[in-house]
Amino acid sequence: MEAPILQIAGLRAVFRIAGRDIAAVQDIDLEIGSGETVALVGESGSGKSVTSLSIMGLLAKKIGHIAKGRISIRRRDGSVTELTGLDAEQLRRVRGNDIGMVFQEPMTSLNPVYTIGEQIAEPIRIHLGKSHRAAAAEAVRLLTQVGIPDPARRAKQYPHELSGGMRQRATIAMALACNPTLLIADEPTTALDVTIQAQILDLLADLQAERGMGVLFVTHNLGVVAEIADRVAVMYAGRIVETGLVSEVFARPRHPYTMGLMRSVPRLGQATALKAAGTPLPTIAGNVPSLAMLPKGCSFAPRCPMAIDACRAAVPPLFQVSQTQASRCIRWEEL
Amino acid sequence: MSAPAPYLTVRNLTKHFAPTAFSRGPVVKALQDISFDIPRGQVVGLVGESGSGKTTVGRSVLRLIEPTSGEIRFDGKDIVKLGAGDLRRQRRNMQYIFQDPFASLSPRMTIGQILTEGLDIQRIGNRAERRARAEKALAAVELPVDAYHRYAHEFSGGQRQRIGIARALTLEPEFIVADEPVSALDVSIQAQVINLLRDLQLRLGLTMLFISHDLAVVEYICDTVIVLYLGRIMEIAPAASLYARPQHPYTQALLSAIPSPDPAKRSKRQILKGDIPSPANPPSGCVFRTRCPYAIEACAGVVPELRETEAGHLKACIRDDIPA
Repeated sequence: MEAPILQIAGLRAVFRIAGRDIAAVQDIDLEIGSGETVALVGESGSGKSVTSLSIMGLLAKKIGHIAKGRISIRRRDGSVTELTGLDAEQLRRVRGNDIGMVFQEPMTSLNPVYTIGEQIAEPIRIHLGKSHRAAAAEAVRLLTQVGIPDPARRAKQYPHELSGGMRQRATIAMALACNPTLLIADEPTTALDVTIQAQILDLLADLQAERGMGVLFVTHNLGVVAEIADRVAVMYAGRIVETGLVSEVFARPRHPYTMGLMRSVPRLGQATALKAAGTPLPTIAGNVPSLAMLPKGCSFAPRCPMAIDACRAAVPPLFQVSQTQASRCIRWEEL
Repeated sequence: MSAPAPYLTVRNLTKHFAPTAFSRGPVVKALQDISFDIPRGQVVGLVGESGSGKTTVGRSVLRLIEPTSGEIRFDGKDIVKLGAGDLRRQRRNMQYIFQDPFASLSPRMTIGQILTEGLDIQRIGNRAERRARAEKALAAVELPVDAYHRYAHEFSGGQRQRIGIARALTLEPEFIVADEPVSALDVSIQAQVINLLRDLQLRLGLTMLFISHDLAVVEYICDTVIVLYLGRIMEIAPAASLYARPQHPYTQALLSAIPSPDPAKRSKRQILKGDIPSPANPPSGCVFRTRCPYAIEACAGVVPELRETEAGHLKACIRDDIPA
């Protein structure tokens, strides 16, 4: 069997705060196959971005590091590389060649003093060893591929001359420049207007189908997950609490947090009926706990309507619900 | 249902931002000819994408920025013509809730100081009375009274937004502009804050202008929804009617673009092409025509008037044959 594009096993990343190591994520197991899109979904502080930064080796060195676990990726030549043991230079090579990255804010991930074309051409020269001229031509070709009209002219422009949506298309072109096997997209549409978001989601789906990359899509938006992902991992307070095919998790969530989250998403047309009936919108009571003061046992127990004493005794393992779905809830069978 | 007399009346509100000594470039036409009413005790939602002018409307009605032309009347009184003193007295009745609960609360003031600052400026009550009002506001937003002596950083995003709401309530206003009050919050907290705002609005009989970029968020709280695009009103309708039968092609596209949390509904979306044009150089005629799937030649010629297509439901589109 072909090795997965990305394999994470037992990942634990910690931040050193006030002399204490605080786990931002722990017990993370995740696999992405080629041509597969996996969404990592969660609210602020759930650890979804820390997970993606860990893969890219971009945790701020002074305060954060990977304390445990393995992260390996399958490279273009078919070899599997373990990332956690690499030094900075080796890691840089993998990042440029095999992992493409797209972030939330296109204005901050583009350099304001270089043209769009120069920025896309740079990794092509450095990582693929192409000439200036060949790289510049490739940059224009990539801009065409991400749907930028008049790409030759746009390549000569600076980031501030482009709209937000166009900038995000340019960062996608940059991420794809070296034909990566894995694309990590961390909230790539969050800063965009909803009509532009729809365009970018469409573009990412097309590019992925064309290139057969594995995609890790980090988002807080369940609508976006339903739209783009094959599988989903739901994170809460640093752990994956539920994982499975999008179709099965959305049809029947097996963790109370996933259920609560899905109920909280406003659905068009539904609110009118609730308002008419004088019923409040469904919510999850309370707040996300601080990672420095996680409760004993299941981290969701203090907000969970189904919590019992056993939930507070020990952190639940991931229970296998089906071949593809798993839940970190001891009462999953009752859901 | 007979409509109550409007509390806020906006007529032909226009705002142009002219270049200043420090900026070059053309005049930005942020708002063009905006007219709407808010009946007392009702909530009107103002929805649009970036550059639509929704925040400019919110700030103009409180005269936090000066409109270029137009009328803004509260209870019949045109506030565009008020002098500084009268305006300050009028503002007692009008409050603003900001989007970002991190940027809008001073890190160096206690919550008590934040909540009583407006009362100090308006010279309302003595110290004990101000404190009592602040504590009452904290209770109204379901925060513990001991929050009074704490600082903003000790609270989560959702709690901070409650503090922002409490600050707006201490002056016991009649009218509140809530500018994207839940956009910075996590989805499980968003619903809590909307429920709270709805509850307060009903209980206190507040009149509210609720600004959001997200049509899904305003549905629950708004009686009427206004859809803005590039500084102009595209559609105004009672909430139930707007969501059930959106009539303007832009509203339809906006609703369709919201990703549905239902994987079965995937790829049935209508995707608008292109970008929002620059408000410095809006298209002639209908400003939406450059992205509109139904645009015809005539759309470039005239700015479409808002016209009523069913009771209370107005659209600014010259075509009557847009499929639902």
